Amino acid sequence: MAIDVRRAKALRLEPITVTVERGRLAFFAKAVGQTDPVYVDPDAAKAAGYPDLPVPLTYFFSLELESPDPFGYLTALGIDLRHVLHGEQSFTYYALVHAGDTVTLRPRIVDVVTKKGGALEFVIKRTDIIRDGMPVAEAVATVVVRNPEAQP
Amino acid sequence: MTLPPDVQPGTELPNLSLEPISRATLALFAGASGDHNPIHIDLDVAHDAGLDDVFAHGMLSMAYLGRLLTAWVPQERIRSYRVRFVAITPVHARPTCIGRVISVDDGLATIELAVTLADGTTTLTGDATVAVD
Repeated sequence: MAIDVRRAKALRLEPITVTVERGRLAFFAKAVGQTDPVYVDPDAAKAAGYPDLPVPLTYFFSLELESPDPFGYLTALGIDLRHVLHGEQSFTYYALVHAGDTVTLRPRIVDVVTKKGGALEFVIKRTDIIRDGMPVAEAVATVVVRNPEAQP
Repeated sequence: MTLPPDVQPGTELPNLSLEPISRATLALFAGASGDHNPIHIDLDVAHDAGLDDVFAHGMLSMAYLGRLLTAWVPQERIRSYRVRFVAITPVHARPTCIGRVISVDDGLATIELAVTLADGTTTLTGDATVAVD
C-alpha cells in the first residue's frame, strides 16, 4: 500500500518529556557490555568531569521508545509493522545529556521516499531533543517498509 | 581521557571484538533499550514470521560501535554518528567493530565505521565526525 506523503508529513507525532534515569543508564551499559566506569559509576563520571552518568550515543533512541505508543505513527499510516525494518539511524550532538536531566523529544515525519516501483518505501522521521529550551541532539530514523505485493 | 595522538587519514581505531550474542544478551537489551519487539526475543514469534531464529536488534550493534568510538575519544568530542543497517545479525553471531579515520578537516575527523561478523558478513556501515583539535 502506497503511503500518502502529504498525510505522513502532516501527521502529528506526540512529543514526550522524560527524565533520564541513572538506573536505566546503568542497565543499558550492562546490556551492551559497556565496562567503562564513566557510564556505570556516578563517582567515576564525576571524577571525569561529568555531573552524572552521561547519556550514551544511541540512548536517545531508547528515550523516544518511552512514548506510550512509539510505533503508532506507522500504524496510523496503514503500515503493517511486520513489514518494517530499521534502515538507517543517525544522531547529531550539540551537548551531553546526563542522568537526572529532563529532555523533550519532538518527532516528525520529514519525508517518504518510494523505490523499486513501490516495493520499498522509506519513512524518514526526525526527532529534535531539547533540554531547557536548547537543542542537545537530533535523531533521524529511516524506516524501510516492504510492500511485497507491489509490482515493480 | 585524552585524545589519541597524531590523528590523520588512515589512523585505525582499536578494534572492538564482542563475545557471541546470546539470547540472554538480547533479552537484557530489549529491556534496557525499551525495544520490546518480540521478533528479537521470542522464538515462537520468529517462527511465525517465517524465520529460523531470532536476530539481534540493529541498535545493539549501533551501541557496540558507539563503544568503539567512546573508547577512543571522550564522548563530548563526537559531533555526529550515523549507520546503515545492511544485514541482520543472527543470534550467536560474533561482531567486530572497526573504524578508520578517512579525513581530517579544520579539526574535525571523519571516521568510517563498520560491524562485521566472524563469517565475513558486514552488518552495519556508517561514519562519525569527531573534534580532534
